Amino acid sequence: MIRLHDFSIGYDERTLLREVNAAIPKGSLTALIGRNGTGKSTLLRAIAGLKRRYAGEILLDGRDISDMRADEMAKKLAFVTTERTRIANLKCEDVVAIGRAPYTNWIGRMQDADREIVARSLASVGMEAYASRTMDKMSDGECQRIMIARALAQSTTIILLDEPTSFLDLPNRYELCSLLARLTHDEGKCILFSTHELDIALSLADSIALIDPPQLHCLPTAEMARSGHIERLFSNDGVRFDPVNGIVKANT
Amino acid sequence: MRSRSAMLFVTLSVLTVGLFLLDLVVGAVRIPLGDVWAALTGGDCPQATAKIVLNIRLIKAVVALLAGAALSVSGLQMQTLFRNPLAGPYVLGISSGASLGVALVVLAGVGSTIGIATAAWAGAATVLLVIAAVGHRIKDIMVILILGMMFSSGVGAVVQILQYLSKEEALKAFVVWTMGSLGDVTVPQLAVLVPSVIAGLLLAVITIKPLNLLLFGEEYAVTMGLNIRRSRGLLFLSTTLLAGTVTAFCGPIGFIGLAMPHVARMLFRSGDHRVLVPGTILSGAAVLLLCDLVSKLFTLPVNAITALLGIPIVVWVVLRNKSFTA
Repeated sequence: MIRLHDFSIGYDERTLLREVNAAIPKGSLTALIGRNGTGKSTLLRAIAGLKRRYAGEILLDGRDISDMRADEMAKKLAFVTTERTRIANLKCEDVVAIGRAPYTNWIGRMQDADREIVARSLASVGMEAYASRTMDKMSDGECQRIMIARALAQSTTIILLDEPTSFLDLPNRYELCSLLARLTHDEGKCILFSTHELDIALSLADSIALIDPPQLHCLPTAEMARSGHIERLFSNDGVRFDPVNGIVKANT
Repeated sequence: MRSRSAMLFVTLSVLTVGLFLLDLVVGAVRIPLGDVWAALTGGDCPQATAKIVLNIRLIKAVVALLAGAALSVSGLQMQTLFRNPLAGPYVLGISSGASLGVALVVLAGVGSTIGIATAAWAGAATVLLVIAAVGHRIKDIMVILILGMMFSSGVGAVVQILQYLSKEEALKAFVVWTMGSLGDVTVPQLAVLVPSVIAGLLLAVITIKPLNLLLFGEEYAVTMGLNIRRSRGLLFLSTTLLAGTVTAFCGPIGFIGLAMPHVARMLFRSGDHRVLVPGTILSGAAVLLLCDLVSKLFTLPVNAITALLGIPIVVWVVLRNKSFTA
């Protein structure tokens, strides 16, 4: 699980989060939501160890990340960024195999156990048929799945995804989030993903982490829908949030 | 697929050895095959022949072999590290940095072997650090390429001013150097070149796994456990040794570093550096030996041959990756 202790982060003069104390539980799919520019990516990057300038502590399963080396962290946490990664001349199974890097030797030699994990990771995202294809002729959704399989191959208890649904069409978005939910529940992982899509977050996530600058509220999804935070933050003259049905409506 | 790679490695190795031997046989003076063999094995042949084979042709062939491998691997490292298919020691201005170092030393008239090498290393390393600093802020790869070109032009201008100010003797030595030559390497220079290039290649082998991780970009590489500072340091050291040393003693040789990694990727149909590093070493060595042979047959500067051979490959890369992603 991920625990933030007196955590503050920001850029220069601007504070995004101040003295946050929160816990993202394991075995639970958590959606990170918040308005544009409230620091969703910044928070994810800080937890992934990519942004080291913050105050307070980030604990992964009880260990402070500032005491962990990159190779130790890579065994605990995997990250899927917003970047559309397509690696030319590398077969999907080789891309996923690179996720085994924290466990392989100096030249990245794969053992039988590693190959098995790679095959299993490809199967969990439903991409086993793509194992020997290269990424250059695949769709965004397929590439996204390969990058998620790569994160799974890292065999970590925690996975962070930054806007994994943003390049996908509606059916693919739901499919991806269902996949994340399945991985969370079947394998007991702690998965935290940021999204702009309230409806997906509310219908598929077990809990919601909402950035209400400079605070972060973490609540089970049903409680969050009733809490009033979402209406307050996501409504303006054009739209309002309907807490009863958990959907966003245009003001008419 | 594995057997295909193995076949290619065998073919390339045989080709490299073949071209190396051919490079010993071909030259301005016609020497019978038997005499070449005798000279190499310490057998019975005229003393002048032995001198030509051992002191001129053997040194030149060794230099071509090492320089081809060194420049190509350096290009591969830069392309992966900067995620830029058009990166290479020449394009990024690393060779120019080395040139400026050499110019300062040679034109000042203190052209000792170790002085030239040190100046080239310092120049190459400085440029690398500048590119890395800029590249950290600006992710646009075109900006990096344009900066590299501007840097090369700037160095050209500074060198011209230095030439204008320097003594005739030093000037001549420098102008000859700028033409790029594999044949002007002396035995003491070889004694610096060989260990430096071998050290650079060994570092390239140690950084194979980091390079594979860096295919995903630095951030992904870090989240997969890469110690980025250490890896970047080793890669910079390796490229400085490889490109800096070759530039110090052979002059700026263009296009090999940029083109050969693409040839290796195409031949082996792989992006895996466990295949690409040895593949690039072999194809780079083979091609520079070939360029040396052609330059000897037609008495042309080797730089012209590498450019004519490399440019079509670069044009092909540009046309194929219109999106410019590595």
